[in-house]
Amino acid sequence: MQDVLERPVTQVAEVPENKDKGKLKKVLIICSKGKLEDVYAALVMANGALMEGLEAKMFFTFFGLEAITKKNADHLHTATVGNPAFMPSMPTIVAGLPGFEAFASYMMQKEMDKLDMPHVTEFIQMIEAGGGEIYACKLAAEMFHLKKEDLLDEVKGIITVGDMYALAEGEGTQIIFI
Amino acid sequence: METVVLTLDQVEVNSEGYLKNVNDWSPELAREIAAKENIQLTEKHFEVLNWLRTKQAEGVQLSIRKIGNSGIVDIKQFYALFPGGPLKVSSKIAGIPKPASCI
Repeated sequence: MQDVLERPVTQVAEVPENKDKGKLKKVLIICSKGKLEDVYAALVMANGALMEGLEAKMFFTFFGLEAITKKNADHLHTATVGNPAFMPSMPTIVAGLPGFEAFASYMMQKEMDKLDMPHVTEFIQMIEAGGGEIYACKLAAEMFHLKKEDLLDEVKGIITVGDMYALAEGEGTQIIFI
Repeated sequence: METVVLTLDQVEVNSEGYLKNVNDWSPELAREIAAKENIQLTEKHFEVLNWLRTKQAEGVQLSIRKIGNSGIVDIKQFYALFPGGPLKVSSKIAGIPKPASCI
């Protein structure tokens, strides 16, 4: 037991080998939220897929678009109000004070830096370098008045929902919605 | 002292093919493991492998990002050198344990 506790679980657990036809080959990750933690969840999963030798496509829609705009990508916030898991003892009225959310987001980003987690723009560059593809939703981009030039250079295109489903074509694809 | 170069069938590997003992590693063995992954090792590959082995010995938790900042290869080149899961594949060829990294 001692031995198990001393080492990270990942090094102990035997990963079951999937030899049948159900092998995962590609993930399409849809990110519809613009909160720091949601965007990071999407980025970590896309990058993680590439690290495993899988194909990864990303589709950003609605508030998720914030994560791929030049202006806001590296300035995402976490929600301190309406997020009961965030400092449960903190009264909502305090969490809503001006500047509190910015401060909390800054602290969270600092913790991420400690774990060697890249900022959003660098993360997106890593995903692109690894062969991942990043797309923006046409409808949401129109709604937020965003043009191609407002988006990060790594964004491959602004596409329709139909085009998005085409990205998921092929055996062994999973769609993940955040 | 005579150095004995071990071949792949003389060393212990785990169920996923990672060397159980980092000291069993040799460039010859690396070529043998790489061949199984359909990779022909070049000078550039060895530069990466040596960097990985050095960092692993220093106790650094390896990640794609760190390799990208190593000055040896950028991330794009790293993916091209070791296709099909670069960090895992390169670690296997470098004779170091499977990396437990999420980034």
